[in-house]
Amino acid sequence: MATAQTQMQTKWWSGGKSPFNVEYGKLMMWYFLMSDAFTFGAFLISYGTIRFSQNYWPDPNQVFNAFPLAGHANLPLAFVSLMTFILIVSSVTMVLAVHAGHKNDKQGVIKWMIWTVIGGIAFLSCQAWEWAHLITGEHAVLINGELTNIGTTVTKNPWGPAADLASHEGHHVGTPGPVAFGGYFFGITGFHGFHVLSGVVINIIMLIMAINGNFERKGHYWMIEKAGLYWHFVDLVWVFVFLCFYLI
Amino acid sequence: MEHSAGSEITFHHEAGGDEFIKKVIKTTILLSVITIIELGLGLAMYAFPMADTFKLFLKGVIVILSLAKAFYIVGIFMHLGDELKNLIMTICVPLILFVWFIAAFLMDGNSWKNLRNSRGKSIVPVEKTAPAAQPASAEKH
Repeated sequence: MATAQTQMQTKWWSGGKSPFNVEYGKLMMWYFLMSDAFTFGAFLISYGTIRFSQNYWPDPNQVFNAFPLAGHANLPLAFVSLMTFILIVSSVTMVLAVHAGHKNDKQGVIKWMIWTVIGGIAFLSCQAWEWAHLITGEHAVLINGELTNIGTTVTKNPWGPAADLASHEGHHVGTPGPVAFGGYFFGITGFHGFHVLSGVVINIIMLIMAINGNFERKGHYWMIEKAGLYWHFVDLVWVFVFLCFYLI
Repeated sequence: MEHSAGSEITFHHEAGGDEFIKKVIKTTILLSVITIIELGLGLAMYAFPMADTFKLFLKGVIVILSLAKAFYIVGIFMHLGDELKNLIMTICVPLILFVWFIAAFLMDGNSWKNLRNSRGKSIVPVEKTAPAAQPASAEKH
């Protein structure tokens, strides 16, 4: 209530203070994230355009159905659910690190930043496994009347429509799918993965600075807050990557 | 750098102690539940045969649920909901561009598909369809 009143009575544009009541760095982080949202948006919309222009597009449930150490078990979307959950949890630990920073609780910041870094590394490891599995996991498809084993890469896509009559060791055999699938998948999840990687590096730097007491000497933990904004944005982008590539 | 950092801020948001932690836990559960519902719908589309229009409807539901997730991440985790209204507006108003961006490009893709399907190979580059039938002069293009 008191805050609402201060808000009403302050002349925000009279100078000498931030009219948005945030420090410069945080404001600029917000505007950077907005521009980054447009970058990711443009990539995803480009993917959508190409997907809408195709008569056939692979079903994500068939492409993403593997789980580490589960052999050939058909587990659609299980692994990507785990990745999503890891990223949500690491976002929560980041919120708690920022919260500890507000209270100038050095040990709390250190503890939660360590968990956030672990979450980020876990996500990257999962993505590495998924990429390796897609690229090296070969499937027999009919190309020019001949059965050929191909993996999913930026130039090859074994996830096409079923071939008319062919069968291979009792299995139905497919034909190559739209080549754009691999390019967009590796391009966009790669760009997101690179954001996660840089987020992990930033978080490690924040962790070292917190341990060294840099923020304690400054008297505030606002840097953690800015790194936190970036980290949440990475989680936010994953919501849409997850939506566009795995769910619909 | 930090000489005037404090004076920029007119008032600080209260740290909010346990109350805030409760809010975070609530949001986390909400995000997890929405994700599980999304996964359920995604798997349902795979497991049960259904009409294309119904599939499209389910996809629409998943998109709306994802937007809800985005709203909670930005509003609660990133604290945008606690900022001044003017700041919120400078972030959100430019994002309206996405309405045109998405609509225009997806319609373009769809039209591309329709053209290709209805006009057959006439819009496919000529040299790819019948290289043998091309006169030598076509090579110059």
